[in-house]
Amino acid sequence: MKSAVIVFPGSNCDRDAAMAIEKVTGAAPAMVWHQETELPEGTDFVMLPGGFSYGDYLRCGAMAGVSHIIPAVKAHAEAGKPVLGVCNGFQILIETGLLPGALMRNASLHFVCEKAPLRVENANTQFTSGYSTNREIVIPIAHHDGNYFADDETLNALEGDGRVLFRYASNPNGSARDIAGIANERGNVMGMMPHPERAIDADHGGTDGLALFESLLGSA
Amino acid sequence: MKARIHVYLKPGVLDPQGAAVAGALKNLGFNEVESARQGKLIELDLTGDDADAAKARVEDMCQKLLANPVIENFSIEMA
Repeated sequence: MKSAVIVFPGSNCDRDAAMAIEKVTGAAPAMVWHQETELPEGTDFVMLPGGFSYGDYLRCGAMAGVSHIIPAVKAHAEAGKPVLGVCNGFQILIETGLLPGALMRNASLHFVCEKAPLRVENANTQFTSGYSTNREIVIPIAHHDGNYFADDETLNALEGDGRVLFRYASNPNGSARDIAGIANERGNVMGMMPHPERAIDADHGGTDGLALFESLLGSA
Repeated sequence: MKARIHVYLKPGVLDPQGAAVAGALKNLGFNEVESARQGKLIELDLTGDDADAAKARVEDMCQKLLANPVIENFSIEMA
């Protein structure tokens, strides 16, 4: 499994993402700068990390969503290969149109930084097969704009198709229907606000995020 | 030529920043404020002198980057 982590100016979870991938696969991912126009040959998995790309100018993820590497990421997704976006990466996937809806300012207006209890809503996906449905896990969150919004038709479609993968047990940001993570229709693109890459080590924030990387990448 | 673009949240989309602004105005004694909505103003300096053609291009810019059509509407003034 060859992985790539896209690095934007202002990404700050790119190295955490690389650590998580390396821990599970034994192989360090390629770190791909946003000005590249192609992914390394043979890339199987692409991760868009958290952070504050372009200082969150205009809208979170808007500038990164039109950067040079994005057409290659879209082509990768359109080929049916897996893409994971975490936090700012989720915002970027939404801005590119690879995932539906919008992520708005938290309803409280506060930046939230805490350990968030989540419920696994659908363990029957390539991103969540290492969990069991309805299992409660704890994953750190740290964001100002994680308030998931979509019209009712989109929300109903997401729920009806089992594309809500994670839900907050205690809604920290006002997200519609407590949604914390969703997948696209084809099931190969997933975005979530919580940071599974920050929960891969018992000494640092717990290990509940590890199963996500193991689901996708297989254990080392 | 200048284009002035207003980007604002669609009706019905919760605007927590607007609500905070309205709350702060009330705290200052401006009790007539019923609600506030907060948006963005973007000004572009453009080359060329065909206002209609320029406006069509600016509309494309709004669709592709300046507004998020899921949650925002926009309006364009050419000057």
